[in-house]
Amino acid sequence: MFGLEALELARIQFAFTVSFHILFPAITIGLASYLAVLEGLWLRTDNRVYRDLYHFWSKIFAVNFGMGVVSGLVMAYQFGTNWSRFSDFAGAVTGPLLTYEVLTAFFLEAGFLGVMLFGWSRVGRGLHFFSTLMVALGTLVSTFWILASNSWMQTPQGHEIIDGRVIPVDWLAVIFNPSFPYRLAHMATAAFVATAFFVGASAAWHLLRGRDNPAVRKMLSMAMWMALIVAPVQAIIGDFHGLNTLKHQPVKIAAIEGHWENKPGEATPLILFGIPDMEAETTRFKVEIPVLGSLILTHSLDKQVPAMKEFPKEDRPNSTIIFWSFRVMVALGMLMIAAGLWSLWLRRTGAIYHSRPFLYFVLWMGPSGLIAILAGWFTTEIGRQPWVVYGLMRTADGVSNHSYGQLGFTLVMFVVVYFAVFGTGLAYMMRLVRKGPHTGEEEQPPGGPGQKRTPARPLSAADDGHEANSSLTERN
Amino acid sequence: MGIDLPLIWAVIIIFGVMMYVVMDGFDLGIGILFPFVKAEHDRDVMMNTVAPVWDGNETWLVLGGAGLFGAFPMAYAVVLEALYLPLILMLIGLIFRGVAFEFRFKATAAKRHVWDKAFIGGSLLATFFQGVALGAFIEGFKVVDRHYAGGAWDWVTPFSLFSGLGLIVAYALLGCTWLIMKTEGPLQQQMHVLGRPLALVLLAVIGIVSLWTPIAYPQIAERWFSMPNLLWFMPVPILVMVTFYGLFKAIARSAHYTPFLLTLVLIFLGYSGLGISIWPNIIPPSISIWEAAAPPQSQGFMLVGTLFILPLILGYTFWSYYVFRGKVTHDQGYH
Repeated sequence: MFGLEALELARIQFAFTVSFHILFPAITIGLASYLAVLEGLWLRTDNRVYRDLYHFWSKIFAVNFGMGVVSGLVMAYQFGTNWSRFSDFAGAVTGPLLTYEVLTAFFLEAGFLGVMLFGWSRVGRGLHFFSTLMVALGTLVSTFWILASNSWMQTPQGHEIIDGRVIPVDWLAVIFNPSFPYRLAHMATAAFVATAFFVGASAAWHLLRGRDNPAVRKMLSMAMWMALIVAPVQAIIGDFHGLNTLKHQPVKIAAIEGHWENKPGEATPLILFGIPDMEAETTRFKVEIPVLGSLILTHSLDKQVPAMKEFPKEDRPNSTIIFWSFRVMVALGMLMIAAGLWSLWLRRTGAIYHSRPFLYFVLWMGPSGLIAILAGWFTTEIGRQPWVVYGLMRTADGVSNHSYGQLGFTLVMFVVVYFAVFGTGLAYMMRLVRKGPHTGEEEQPPGGPGQKRTPARPLSAADDGHEANSSLTERN
Repeated sequence: MGIDLPLIWAVIIIFGVMMYVVMDGFDLGIGILFPFVKAEHDRDVMMNTVAPVWDGNETWLVLGGAGLFGAFPMAYAVVLEALYLPLILMLIGLIFRGVAFEFRFKATAAKRHVWDKAFIGGSLLATFFQGVALGAFIEGFKVVDRHYAGGAWDWVTPFSLFSGLGLIVAYALLGCTWLIMKTEGPLQQQMHVLGRPLALVLLAVIGIVSLWTPIAYPQIAERWFSMPNLLWFMPVPILVMVTFYGLFKAIARSAHYTPFLLTLVLIFLGYSGLGISIWPNIIPPSISIWEAAAPPQSQGFMLVGTLFILPLILGYTFWSYYVFRGKVTHDQGYH
């Protein structure tokens, strides 16, 4: 298909299913913490706006969580079906880490999620808040395990190789491998920022339609404080992450920078734009700034950054792609910082709630965090190539032995099914967002005696009232 | 080390898969029975009997996958590679079915039939390919140098296809008897009528499998028919016969709870029979749980968390079934 080999089809298939999947957990992580903050503020201030926002976002959280569970089911099997050689080789390390991730997720769902979504009026305030906190904590613990596994594949340590397979020797060393703290911080923060812009865009949408009420204003305000403070923090974490990558995977940095060779005695420039050409071993049409590469990556004016030609051709990742995916991520990050600063400027006069150019900007920035997350993961994962476990196993040696036809068939099927199913799910989430938060009225908790419906799992917590209680929901 | 970790992990995974078969079996069965029930409100009731519990049921499938990866990476690699297409098709079926539960109730009346079809199709697809995977698993895989060495279509055999159809019958009976237990009125009567032919077909399926496997696989014949094994395992077929007898009687006298419980017993017996046939292999026909095990450092590390969390998940499962016990009627929806 399109001149691709079976290995490339297998990679595209994994990239497709995992890219779709990551969007849902990213929002889950961010919203869980946002909900914990909202409930905490409601308990402290008794301001009903926080409670209204809690109920509004908990429904969207529920749908999103459900989609994450369904798309995650596939991931638990993809390692074996598509990467069986890798699974046999590294399963003794990545398998237990994945098991812990799954156990954490289910522990959450089994224990506290039910109370959080359905227990508002059935348990005490303290217990409910505790449940929300545990759900938020649980999402982060889940992130911890899956990123430990991924980071170990990037910077493996704490293992021995016996009979051609990885044997864990020191679990602490395995988990806290060199790139793990940076990757965990970068991803968790990315989830927070992505959620902030999702929330902010929802508020902007309502304000642009003239639905100006305290709850919507509070949403926008909280989201923009997050953008102002956390987006720059994320840039700093990203910088540290980059330095860590330079230390452990220098060729990945060289590929990200489209940097092919160092001239003796000359500091490394920063290539702003260009088209890296893997065959010709050069970056075409480049626009570069002298010395800046050295400054950013070595924090000095003369040290050189390793260049791609210093590495054997078969060990280089595809610079053409990650040069650009990295720049997409950075550009979006800068726009996010700009949105935060703009919001601060507008706050002086209160125009933050009225300025149409600003609100349109925030609206269009809604998916920016999610796109940046995908771009970032493309950069780090394609940048890990040609290795599946860095320096230990090449991706080509980790793949299952499937034919081209089989992989093409399943890939097409995944694409069709994912767009149909998760497209519907996303459309449904957007419908909930468009309803906006209830304001001021007594919220009916879902279910209970005398109620038509007693929901018991995430997706159904978001009853949008198409049938019986439509009169109730349309009152606002 | 005194503790046989591979044995413990084999027990955990066998238990997890059984939990999955028992619990997801009846809700897949409801999807399979959907075409037999035309009335919209009856379909609502059918959905509502499983709506509160279905996603918890699928928990066990994810746990099984991840547990197998960590505890027996070689088995995870070989079996999943060999069963690539049937497993992917099963997952696609489960995705459709999973979201159909939700979207059906949220869709407008005009679009509802789309999700009905997704629910039926997804349930059939998932069940059939689960059965195919099970059949292919029993038949075994060609392994050379720790890797699957068979072809892409080795799983397509008369036996595996028969298993796929057989599992559809088994899950349909589970779904049918579940509905007998959970509903009343015309829907329940309709299920009572369906119960008998479904049980007859399942009896035939079990009979054929019981003859087919020992004839085709000498290893399985030897396991069952050599002395003293024969005496030890004789109770299994006898109990199957007794259970079927009880099941027919229970359906005939329009019992509410007994048919479902007896069907669960049948599934459990069938599962035990399967276990007897292949134990202690995790990659039939010849790779045992000890050969395919991850090193003790891995299995021990996983066991700590699992022993802590598994009881909680079990407790929550029983609790949610307890909360949603009793009949589901038209005017009350769980949804």
